[in-house]
Amino acid sequence: MNITVLNEREHTTQDVTLTGKTLIDLLKQLKINPEVVIVVRNNEVITEDEILNDNDTIELLSVVSGG
Amino acid sequence: MNCLHCSKNAVITLQHGGLCKNHFLSYFEQKVFHTINKYQLIQRNDKLCIATSGGKDSLTVLHLTKKYLEKNNIPATNLFALAIDEGIADYREHTLIDLQKFCSEQNVQLKIVSFQDELGKPLDEAYPIINKDTQKKPCNVCGVWRRYLLNKHAAKMGATKVVTGHNLDDEAQVIIMNIFKANTKLAGRMGPISGIEESEHFIQRVKPLYFCAEKEVRLYALLKNFQVQFTECPYAKEGFRHHVQEMLNNFEQQYHGTKQSIINSFLELLPLAKEKEKGLSEEIKRCQHCGEAANKEVCNACLMKEMIARG
Repeated sequence: MNITVLNEREHTTQDVTLTGKTLIDLLKQLKINPEVVIVVRNNEVITEDEILNDNDTIELLSVVSGG
Repeated sequence: MNCLHCSKNAVITLQHGGLCKNHFLSYFEQKVFHTINKYQLIQRNDKLCIATSGGKDSLTVLHLTKKYLEKNNIPATNLFALAIDEGIADYREHTLIDLQKFCSEQNVQLKIVSFQDELGKPLDEAYPIINKDTQKKPCNVCGVWRRYLLNKHAAKMGATKVVTGHNLDDEAQVIIMNIFKANTKLAGRMGPISGIEESEHFIQRVKPLYFCAEKEVRLYALLKNFQVQFTECPYAKEGFRHHVQEMLNNFEQQYHGTKQSIINSFLELLPLAKEKEKGLSEEIKRCQHCGEAANKEVCNACLMKEMIARG
């Protein structure tokens, strides 16, 4: 399935072909530690076990900020 | 995943299960208020200086300290916000805009002091000059001056406590950094209340977010719709802390509860560290130049100021 990923920290938008089904599969594929992001879909915060849908847009908000 | 307490969707997975938005907000606030009560961080007659930057931690601690005062019928006039503008281009100016808006909405008095006005140069210009003589990294320079200005201006405004937004991740990082650098003599000064004992030279610092993970703080600020832009200090990646932070986040992912365990272990040892430090503390003097606390004739902030003046 195709997922659009907006990355707050990197200021990037990336189209990803996800081989798994869930958010944790996506994070593993992107090599992102779930500890350092909060994930939002359609203005709702979702947890790692959430099943993603084809053409979902996912926003990765960075937990780490400041100095 | 559903919330542990109701059928709504969870917004976070904690060690004991998931929590929905409302139950998470309630859990988070109760944890902060419990920390304040357990460690007696705030007394009724305290005048509180909230150390703010406009980031998620400081907006959250400002909001919840104010809420705590209101809940306990303590006048909110006992509280003001203090921000330090270090002079880091394309960084601090953004968070200060958010902070000014937030304080205005929350009806909190805000004072901003800058490195430029107080020390003669912004950090971006001061750091290369100091580094030339001392090899100090920007975070070392910034840390000395921030602590100096916070203490000085909090005292000037009559504060009896400085409230900071340090969270569980910050504290776990410092504990590990101190162990890695053999700075164990600093251990006694850490914990939810800073310092070995009350001192006329230093205003005590208290940390209501001590048991809140950084991820929880960001989630709280997001769910409360606090306007927090993602900003990262351009110097942060140069610091030792950055490496420790990454290491702990990797450990936490593999072994849940690592950061909490570091804090719990440290708190077991803290009374011993404080006791040991009491006997070893050097006499605190007054700086001959500025009158602030110093362990030498001239404080570190003034020494750096002299280096800048020499150029």
